[in-house]
Amino acid sequence: MASVSVPAERPGGLLRRPHATTGFWSWFTTVDHKKIGILYGITAFGFFLIGGSEALLIRVQLARPDQTFLEPAVYNELFTMHGITMVFLVVMPLSAAFFNYLLPLMIGARDVVFPRLNAFSYWAFLFAGLFIYSSWFLGGAPNGGWFGYAPNSVTDPTRGMTFYAIGLLIAGIASTVSAINLAVTILNLRAPGMTLFRMPVFVWMGLVVQLLLAFSLPVITIGLVELLFDRLFGTHFFDVAAGGSPVLWQHLFWLFGHPEVYILVLPAMGIVSEILPVFARKPLFGYQFVVFSGIAIGFIGFGVWAHHMFAVGLGPVANTAFAVSTMIIAIPTGVKIFNWLGTLWNGDLRFATPMLFSIGFIAMFVIGGLSGVTHAVVPSDYQQTDTYYIVAHFHYVLFGGAIFGLFAGIYYWWPKVFGRMLSETGGKLNFWLMLIGFNLTFGPMHVLGLQGMPRRIQSYPASLGLSFWNMVSSIGAFVIAISVLVFLVNAIASFRKPKGMEADPWDARTLEWATSSPPPDHNFEEIPVVHSLDDLWHRKYAETEGGRVVPVAAGGSGEDAAIDEHAGEHGAHGGGGHAIHMPSPSYFPLIAAAGFPVIGYGLIFGVPAVAVGLVISLAGFFGWALEPSAE
Amino acid sequence: MVLGLVALALVAAACAPNATQSALEPKGPYAQKSFDLFVPVFWVAVAIFVIVEGLLVLFVFRYRHRRNQTPRIPAQVHGNTRLEIAWTILPTLILAGVAVPTIATIWDLAAKPTGDVLEVNVLGHQWWWEFDYPGQQILTANELHIPTGRPVYLTLCAVGFGYGTPVPSQGGPPAPNECQTGPPDGQPPAGIGAAVIHSFWVPELAGTQDVVPDLTNHLTIQADEPGVYTGQCKEFCGLSHAYMKFRVVAHTPEDFDRWVAEQKAPASPDVSGPAEAGKQIFLQTCIACHAVAGLETANGQPVLANGGPNLTHLMSRECFRGCTLEVNEENLRRWVADPRSIEAGSFMPDYALSADEVDQVVAFLMTLE
Repeated sequence: MASVSVPAERPGGLLRRPHATTGFWSWFTTVDHKKIGILYGITAFGFFLIGGSEALLIRVQLARPDQTFLEPAVYNELFTMHGITMVFLVVMPLSAAFFNYLLPLMIGARDVVFPRLNAFSYWAFLFAGLFIYSSWFLGGAPNGGWFGYAPNSVTDPTRGMTFYAIGLLIAGIASTVSAINLAVTILNLRAPGMTLFRMPVFVWMGLVVQLLLAFSLPVITIGLVELLFDRLFGTHFFDVAAGGSPVLWQHLFWLFGHPEVYILVLPAMGIVSEILPVFARKPLFGYQFVVFSGIAIGFIGFGVWAHHMFAVGLGPVANTAFAVSTMIIAIPTGVKIFNWLGTLWNGDLRFATPMLFSIGFIAMFVIGGLSGVTHAVVPSDYQQTDTYYIVAHFHYVLFGGAIFGLFAGIYYWWPKVFGRMLSETGGKLNFWLMLIGFNLTFGPMHVLGLQGMPRRIQSYPASLGLSFWNMVSSIGAFVIAISVLVFLVNAIASFRKPKGMEADPWDARTLEWATSSPPPDHNFEEIPVVHSLDDLWHRKYAETEGGRVVPVAAGGSGEDAAIDEHAGEHGAHGGGGHAIHMPSPSYFPLIAAAGFPVIGYGLIFGVPAVAVGLVISLAGFFGWALEPSAE
Repeated sequence: MVLGLVALALVAAACAPNATQSALEPKGPYAQKSFDLFVPVFWVAVAIFVIVEGLLVLFVFRYRHRRNQTPRIPAQVHGNTRLEIAWTILPTLILAGVAVPTIATIWDLAAKPTGDVLEVNVLGHQWWWEFDYPGQQILTANELHIPTGRPVYLTLCAVGFGYGTPVPSQGGPPAPNECQTGPPDGQPPAGIGAAVIHSFWVPELAGTQDVVPDLTNHLTIQADEPGVYTGQCKEFCGLSHAYMKFRVVAHTPEDFDRWVAEQKAPASPDVSGPAEAGKQIFLQTCIACHAVAGLETANGQPVLANGGPNLTHLMSRECFRGCTLEVNEENLRRWVADPRSIEAGSFMPDYALSADEVDQVVAFLMTLE
């Protein structure tokens, strides 16, 4: 790392441009969306292991009543960091990994629109995560919950929530930049013929998610800046005595926080919508309805935030309005589920691991969705809010939903990304252990919540009669941990296999399978021309007049991409296939992002570091601006 | 089968006899209203669960690719508009059916009860509850005593040190109609418990209501039968959030009147022996935060200071420290000697009293019946 940051002290012009596209150091300078996607994935998975370990500690503490394994201060840090980690450092970046890697391939592009900005997003995200985690060693981790409710988050005497505010601001920069980059990519870099309604559902969900990010992140940014100013500079945004309002924070947080839920789960819905058709060997049922319900969820998602606040005291008018809007958002969600069932209907279902996880996703998400509707019943929610019933609900949505969907995606695209298959035996073991462990862990939480166990409590007395289900839940958590270990072994073992994957091992339907596994730097030898939805499938199969589906004589996938496509030159990046100019690697995105955490430390520990951080970032941005994108 | 476990578990839970703080066993009309909405919605959800998961399992078995089956490419069905319309409209109708009673109950619960209502102000501190009965001029902590069969209309305020804890029974300011948003005179001392968000929840008697610094919230509770109903803070409120509990003690109306009469009596100022020495220590240190009605300082002032629990009838309570410790000599001694060894981040200072002094203070406290 040190040798990379050396150039920061010199003006950009003196810096020799990196050229290596392979080898260890190339990962620090890469602007290739595929490599950045892999970086996102590995980093997010690392944080997944950390956040999971935090969850295990929590479950050990709660396994039995009246335990003193973790003292309250540590316990509060752990549940806060578990939430921050899983939301901001795991599910969001893991989704970003898929978007980065797959969106350009699925729309037939060579890269994203702004490759260096893409690298910058990754580095800013990484530094945000490292910055937040460094708080463990610098006076204590954030301890006010991932939701950071003021005034507790302001009055808390430790530095934790300052790290929270700054860390999430940096992560927000990363996400905003990436959202704009990917949205512009989807809108502008589609291959010839790839109209919006020929885009795979995953790309559609990608577009919706990027727009949700772009419009919701500014809201949390305002909240975080106000929190930071209250903590550091004595402002009074949330201080009642000085005329501020704690409820303001809640509105800002949830006006971001609810779209965030869809930011977390729509990518998984997109993944599942890609996988089900492939393993059912028939197209997605009701493509337009799935797309439009995704868009509807995105829009309505901005109108339901106060259902997190039914007990706050906003009054019956607000509670009525948000109860209704929350019920409405269940409708497009239901439409998606029925369309997935329609996709399975009369299919030729093959239960490879990606399919298992996808079906697991549907099964678990239905439970999370139904318990969600019970929250919309406001008087019933008065009992459920802030109990383990809520914990159960959102884990069914974000673990049973998002994580199951992301695991489905990992197993599905692993051969594309790494050119090797994950073991099916290991995958199935992984799936069943995770499904059983997941339900053991989070199923009982429904009961615990209804029986009177609030969230975020470090301990509970035996007299409440909650001991049995808590023990079951803790056992389940370790079953999940074993399932993740099985995956880890599977992943590592896959690299012992020879690389030699065919382009299209699953007989799939979308463009990323039309190029080699892994794809070349420039993705496609020639930019494909698209004639229909599921273009790759239609190159392989034709329908007879009787409605029977038969393989096209030419067979294969890669070749006929070239057959009909002399039109490659018309592609956005068309270069005739021989001398394709890809953007060159660059140090500057890393340098520009590296200044942010330094500024953050400066805000906490002393102003000089702010100046140093600014110099580093500015050097990075100037060098970047003065450097040609490719040379 | 794994999926069915969840539903089974919920049903089993409804019958579990050992949960003592359960929303599934309402003990009064207001908790009953929440529960009466939950139950039908739960069964509707179970029905949808069974249908959707049933279809999923059916399709998985019916359409699975069998090993020795000849490969087949199914008909490429792209969708069906009629079905789409059906499964858009059907859930809409179900949700509309759920929405009507939901909205009716929202307004029902938000209305202030009429008739014979007991009003109590609930003050949330870090990390204990104070209960102020403006009509009865009683101030107590961690135990909310109520009469059965009568709605109790709570006004919920989040307070920090010195934030308008009224002590009307001792000639203090009358209880405000609105929660005060700041200390009457200036800023609270730094590092003392802050006014943060709490949530008042006693699941057997009512759903939760947040206690928010700039809002004056209300909640109605009612118990049908005499008994003790436990509750606790539900909104994360800092270090010792898990230990911010309370209990609601429901009496028959006659017993409640008797309790009120006892609580209104001031403490007896006449104590002797170690308790007298303890009283002097109390008057030098503890009165910075704790009021005791009937007690006077050396220069004849009533002990009005507040911020900590009013201790006038400490020994009439069953529990202290957010209702997590039984009131007895041993616990009081541990607490007075070193509060922070018991409660993480406690705002009760450690006055480094000697063992003798601790005994004396506890001897005095034990006289506060």
